[in-house]
Amino acid sequence: MNTQTMTVDEPRVVGGMQKTRPIEEIKSVVIRFVGDSGDGMQLTGNEFSKSVARAGHDFATHPDYPSEIRAPTGTLFGVSGYQIQFSSGQVFTSGDAPDVLVAMNPAALKTNLPDLRHGGMIIANAGAFNKANLQKAGYQSNPLDDGTLIDFRLYTIDISDLTNQALKDTGIAKKEIGRCKNYYALGLMLYLYSRPIEDEEQNIRAKFAKKPDIAEANVIALRAGYAYAESTEMFVSTYQVRAADIKPGRYRSITGNHAAALGFAAASELAKVPLFLGSYPITPATDILQELSALKHFNITTFQAEDEIAGICSAIGAAYGGVLGLTTTSGPGMALKTEALGLAVMLELPLVITNVQRGGPSTGLPTKVEQSDLLQAVYGRNGECPIPVIASRSPADCFDCAIEAFRIAVKYMTPVILLSDGGIGNAAEPWRIPNPADLPPLEVKFRTDADGFQPYARDEHLARAWVRPGTPGMEHRVGGLEKHFLTGNISHDPINHERMVNVRAAKVAGIAKDIPPLTVEGPQSGDLLIVGWGSTYGSIVQAREQAEAAGKSVAHVHLRHLNPLPAELGDILARYKTVLVPELNLGQLSKLLRERYLRDVTLMSKVQGKMFKVSEIYDRILELC
Amino acid sequence: MNQMTEIKPLTRKDFESDQDVRWCPGCGDYALLAQVQKLLPALGIPRENFAFISGIGCSSRFPYYMETYGMHSIHGRAPAIASGLKLARPELSVWVVSGDGDSLAIGGNHFIHAMRRNIGLKIILLNNRIYGLTKGQYSPTSEFGKKTKTTPLGSIDRPFSPVSVALGAGATFVARTVDSDHPHLLDTLKRAAEHPGTAFVEVLQNCIVFNDGAYNALADRETRDDARLLLQHGQPMRFGKDSNRGIRMRGFEPEVVTVGEGGVTEADLAIHDESAANGGLAFFLSQFAAPLPVPLGVFRAVEAPVYEQLSTGLAEDARAQRGQGTLEKLFNSGDTWTID
Ligand SMILES: Cc1ncc(C[n+]2csc(CCOP(=O)(O)OP(=O)(O)O)c2C)c(N)n1
Ligand code: SF4
Repeated sequence: MNTQTMTVDEPRVVGGMQKTRPIEEIKSVVIRFVGDSGDGMQLTGNEFSKSVARAGHDFATHPDYPSEIRAPTGTLFGVSGYQIQFSSGQVFTSGDAPDVLVAMNPAALKTNLPDLRHGGMIIANAGAFNKANLQKAGYQSNPLDDGTLIDFRLYTIDISDLTNQALKDTGIAKKEIGRCKNYYALGLMLYLYSRPIEDEEQNIRAKFAKKPDIAEANVIALRAGYAYAESTEMFVSTYQVRAADIKPGRYRSITGNHAAALGFAAASELAKVPLFLGSYPITPATDILQELSALKHFNITTFQAEDEIAGICSAIGAAYGGVLGLTTTSGPGMALKTEALGLAVMLELPLVITNVQRGGPSTGLPTKVEQSDLLQAVYGRNGECPIPVIASRSPADCFDCAIEAFRIAVKYMTPVILLSDGGIGNAAEPWRIPNPADLPPLEVKFRTDADGFQPYARDEHLARAWVRPGTPGMEHRVGGLEKHFLTGNISHDPINHERMVNVRAAKVAGIAKDIPPLTVEGPQSGDLLIVGWGSTYGSIVQAREQAEAAGKSVAHVHLRHLNPLPAELGDILARYKTVLVPELNLGQLSKLLRERYLRDVTLMSKVQGKMFKVSEIYDRILELC
Repeated sequence: MNQMTEIKPLTRKDFESDQDVRWCPGCGDYALLAQVQKLLPALGIPRENFAFISGIGCSSRFPYYMETYGMHSIHGRAPAIASGLKLARPELSVWVVSGDGDSLAIGGNHFIHAMRRNIGLKIILLNNRIYGLTKGQYSPTSEFGKKTKTTPLGSIDRPFSPVSVALGAGATFVARTVDSDHPHLLDTLKRAAEHPGTAFVEVLQNCIVFNDGAYNALADRETRDDARLLLQHGQPMRFGKDSNRGIRMRGFEPEVVTVGEGGVTEADLAIHDESAANGGLAFFLSQFAAPLPVPLGVFRAVEAPVYEQLSTGLAEDARAQRGQGTLEKLFNSGDTWTID
């Protein structure tokens, strides 16, 4: 149990009127904060998630923001949102449909209303529903009073004006006052969901430590929002979500990108080999570069290169030098790195390439999720150019995958592609902080013995030796031209080339023997198996559990290793009548499975820049069994 | 050029690999190979601490012929690869060997950024003003109007001066030499080796097959003194068989004058200053075109903070301030909570 659990049954005293207000116990709730991209909704959502985290809830978030940094205010395309689901049970997704919509302006309401659960709660900032904003959002009349929201529980609160009132005597500029309204909204929500305000006050003071007057203003706005919710008669009850029953331990909230950065730092520490990151900023991968750049007190060098090609090439140079080479990017940046990937395959050096996928092709949908770079990762290079591919399935899983990627890279002397995506890169969930001593060892061997050294001679895993320049007597040259099987000298001999093509393929295929056994959730054979990969994990887990609760026989296996595929996968597939593959693309894993196992699979495809809803997968399960 | 360990003196032979050199007989690349093999033993660096990185092109086969560590990489990307290596292992002496197409066409971006950062690489560009390996297409340094297989009617691209590009990108050491003058080539390489930041050397190189004779005027003992201007720091810019011709500045226009004619004295000649804080003079020289002589030697050599040292410095400062990072602390930073 959580150390900070509050007693629920104790009625609270409200507004000094000695009147009690019931606290409704709920299992889980989905809240979406939406506003203009300048309204600070990401911050509000983030702070709210920290607060529920401290309360020991399991949660999952989904930040959704436009690719324009500051779209014109009040416009439909400038709406920025942050959704969080938190629960007393386990949470795997940010939720299908919000129960509560906090809408800071008409555009936010208009674009998000279709998602709101029937009968859901709307908290609307009435002050922003003025003529100009209504017009920009394309409303003929004000939805807050024309009856269109009759199906919802509507609370209109003039957050803008109430914030102004609360801050009018602080002496800070009008523009700054306008910025504080997100904390007012946060205050409201903290009260409604029975969260204490003190921690948040501390957070604000820490965040604005350099601007004490702004900190004070935000604290006042926060308290005003909290007090308003407490004193107004508007809310008949407040809500309490019980702490989740989760594994004891120390936790923190973590996004996928942050987790990946920590995983890479951990890989370097575990291997006792420095890490070098060469990268070029691109959404949504940039955070990994930013996080690692702040860790210079570790044995980590970060290099913001002139482009993605230089990013991967510098990492290759570093790997040649005997450190852990890493490059991070998203979609279009991955396309640029392709030629260098081929070089890394020929050099047989360890290297990790992280692709935080986004909507494509080309610049595509920079801030939206898609899983459409899988075939590129597995096949997308000139020549027979095999590269191991793994994918992380949740924010916290990015940590483990980062270490796993380097484990494969150094053991097999090969580049490894780690796929993540915008859906988990930016989303947060609780991460159970591991004890570094419990992490799996990462063994790195450098060859220093010059006796009998052949640069391309291989060990039992078909890996060649890693030699650091500076080691006497082992001077040798590597390069992209085909290598002689042992010496690594240029060789255009046809038979040698075929042998090298085969040995490189066999080396990567051999990684399959190293993949931990797959876990199949649900019946071990039967009618329906769902095979998933990457960030669709959460939606699939919840849909399967619901289906199971409804008496359906359905199993789920989730793939971390996509090239090579786990050895036992073929047998598993064979045990079910139907195999369903939900993917955020047009069927890339489906293709791989059909090709590899010569069996048909049922594709469930979605390419809308959005995650699967649990209900979408659930409905599909019902159709199939 | 640190790490003076106890080593038996190296010779030129120690730097020759067992690979057959496969350039066309008469190719200017041989001269560079020979002079580099002559220079390295004199630098006092253990052989295993050298790494030669190249891109793709005839000239980029260079690393295979050196008995050092090396990598023949992909077209144009050698500076990026070498930068990663140098940052990861600052103690290594890292050299880049490249061609005009490799460095200035496909690799232009990496080239200028290596110059801008002042990372401790020795970058040698073998400029034959043609694409050799792909058999004779024009390059970014080919003359306007040049007829090649892809420009049968003459090139309409205006050429780059590699030296100008390097200077424009903020290079701290820039020099030019020619394959046919071995002592000059050796001297120039030596200067480059001694420079702490990025040292860029353009080698005018004859491609005997696709652009033969491009630098004849500089190679021929009869003509070369009139065709070239040997730059010497602090000295007046004199050239010519009798060393009586020189460069005089007319405002921003250079002109060739003859000392002793029309009242011109040595005092009228421009003085070369490779260490001028302002790179204007070097740039001005880099733009010399016929009938002005071709300047050879060190255009610019100035000191500036060296990238890999700055990078290591940042890490040291971070450790001094925060202590060596530990996973324990890192994992537990930020907002944490306990469930028990
Ligand atoms: C990505 C890529 N594009 C094109 C080529 C073909 N290519 C190889 S070398 C070269 C030009 C070489 O010219 P230069 O750099 O001047 O070197 P040289 O051969 O003259 O020494 C070209 C176009 C290649 N190998 N890779
Ligand atoms: S083609 Fe030209 S540059 Fe290439 S090896 Fe022959 S002579 Fe040298």
